[in-house]
Amino acid sequence: MTPLLEIRDLHAEIAGGRKIINGMNLTINPGEVHAIMGPNGAGKSTLSYVLSGKPGYEITGGEVIFRGVNLQELSPDERAAQGLFLCFQYPLEIPGVSNMAFLHTAANSQRKKRGEPELTSPELVRKVRELGKQLGIDTDMLKRPVNVGFSGGEKKRNETLQMMLLEPYLSILDEADSGLDIDALKVVSNGVNAMRSPERSMLVITHYQRLLDYIVPDVVHVFAAGRIVHTGGKELALELEATGYAQYQNEAA
Amino acid sequence: MAADVRLMKTAAELALADAFAAVKSTLPGDAAVAAQRTAAFETFASVGLPHRRVESWRYTDLRALLREAPPLASAAGPEALARSLAACPMLAGMEARRIYVVNGAFVSDISDLANLEPGVSISSLATALGAADPLVAHLGQTVASSDAALALNTAFMGDGVVIALAEGATLSRPLHLVFVTTEATATAAYTRSLLVMGKGASAQVIESHEGPAGAAYQVNTALEVVVGEGASLERVKITAEGNDALHISTLLARVADGAKLANANFTLGGAIIRNQLLVQLAGEGIDASLSGVSLLAGKQHSDTLLAVEHIAPNCQSREQFRTVVDDTARDIFQGRISVRQSAQKTDARMMSRALLLSDTAESDNKPELEIFADDVQCGHGCTTGSLDQQLKFYMMSRGIPEKEAEALLIQAFVGEVIDAIGHEGVRAALTDATRNWLIERK
Repeated sequence: MTPLLEIRDLHAEIAGGRKIINGMNLTINPGEVHAIMGPNGAGKSTLSYVLSGKPGYEITGGEVIFRGVNLQELSPDERAAQGLFLCFQYPLEIPGVSNMAFLHTAANSQRKKRGEPELTSPELVRKVRELGKQLGIDTDMLKRPVNVGFSGGEKKRNETLQMMLLEPYLSILDEADSGLDIDALKVVSNGVNAMRSPERSMLVITHYQRLLDYIVPDVVHVFAAGRIVHTGGKELALELEATGYAQYQNEAA
Repeated sequence: MAADVRLMKTAAELALADAFAAVKSTLPGDAAVAAQRTAAFETFASVGLPHRRVESWRYTDLRALLREAPPLASAAGPEALARSLAACPMLAGMEARRIYVVNGAFVSDISDLANLEPGVSISSLATALGAADPLVAHLGQTVASSDAALALNTAFMGDGVVIALAEGATLSRPLHLVFVTTEATATAAYTRSLLVMGKGASAQVIESHEGPAGAAYQVNTALEVVVGEGASLERVKITAEGNDALHISTLLARVADGAKLANANFTLGGAIIRNQLLVQLAGEGIDASLSGVSLLAGKQHSDTLLAVEHIAPNCQSREQFRTVVDDTARDIFQGRISVRQSAQKTDARMMSRALLLSDTAESDNKPELEIFADDVQCGHGCTTGSLDQQLKFYMMSRGIPEKEAEALLIQAFVGEVIDAIGHEGVRAALTDATRNWLIERK
């Protein structure tokens, strides 16, 4: 099987020279859900930014191959069109840009880049409303500016809506549960689980095991000091909950 | 010595003096108007062209910028008039009564003057001055100002539009005053217009200004407005002059009890653009909104001077200005809200924000509050910054290309002002114009 994502001996730093990712290797095959767990400051969010191409995060060694393409050569929007999606830990507010217009522009920009026919307004509106219904997002929220005045839970639902509309091959969920109550967590997880398919994969970044009760991973990695130090099955998450990360942090050092 | 330097006249000042001497006897109006012109020119001559030491012109040194005083524009020929009909394409689809002022002259032949609404009159300033129309008594009486550029306008005012709405009169469709310069050579046009609204009258007025690219023409235009008790005026001014043009505009507005004034400036064309907004809230319970959007690129220089005076109690004013500056363009905003001691319970808020799209773009922002009353709510704020990189990344991570993400953010930035415009057609036209500006930017 051709891997969906292959990270080979990746080194990356934040502009200014602080090295965060330090010789990381990871292979994700189509259809797999991988969880990355690790203590605060291990570089988990940095990994998500490096993968999605955030300015200021620089790859200094190794490579990332996504669907056969070296990601380093692509801008963030090209990566998105290639099928990469980052579900933000703290989604941003965009005053003055309506949610619907934003979704429309995003969906059609990707389609255009891939040479696919663009969605008409009615098609898009219908699709978005259907997804909104599943996620408990009402039409009023769709008319409002992106995330402006949304609660933490509403913002995460909105991220999930974007993901479901854009149908990425690889979704990176960065602390998808932060700021969510149990009900919102269920709604978001249901949305994510509905996306699971033999060709779609997920990379779930979290430091609590709780989320993995809802989004059950195939593989669990322990991430410390900028690389993966231990890999196991879904039961590893439960072990970590009991023992903590200390033993792996020593291992990394 | 400094005193001697001030007496030195620049070539442009000397040329203006010669021009005034040559044309003053041919300009319209009776002896009283002629005296008004002479007094205005003397005011101008005593101070000369505004320069950096004149605080209100501090960032626009007209003495240095205005090197020549070109001849007054002459009447447009039939071909130029025909072309003028196609002016302001951004509003082409909008239902409006269009009045044309071409090369500084009111052109009744191509203006829509039929079936005026009851209580509404529209005429040319030259005609009104020639006929000693009682309306012209308002000229120079709305808001007192000793501004030198306005004084030049008063001295040279050749024509313009005089509009009167009687008590309760309402315009059934917007009035579009189309100001066009057609000559490709350097000319000067001084237009003065007057809008007098009676009690409870209501109007939407759009003013557009444009001219040919590559011509160093000069426009000095002024509008005096009297908004009567309980009257309502929405005015939108679109400045889309040619790329070498100098455009100076002055709005003088006096507003009475319970009236509503909403004025929006939309600036995108011209080499040097100066918009002066002098507004007096002379009655109680007025609701005033002064706003503006400027989209500047290349070497454009745009300067907005705003002076809102709260004279009577219980008035509200909102001042909202947004500017987008690219390349080596420069934007200046000087805004002052004055609250007299008599204007208790004033509620005034001014916000001016500039978005710089290049490292060489410049914005100068000078908000001022001058408050003599003790029971008021007044605030001002200003920001200057670049596009939010975090937001841009967020949008790009959803597949939106960089330029498009920038365009969406810029549109949202100016949209705050444009979306507040009452007339839907104008709102849509300005939104489209912004989008076109952004497309051309690439």
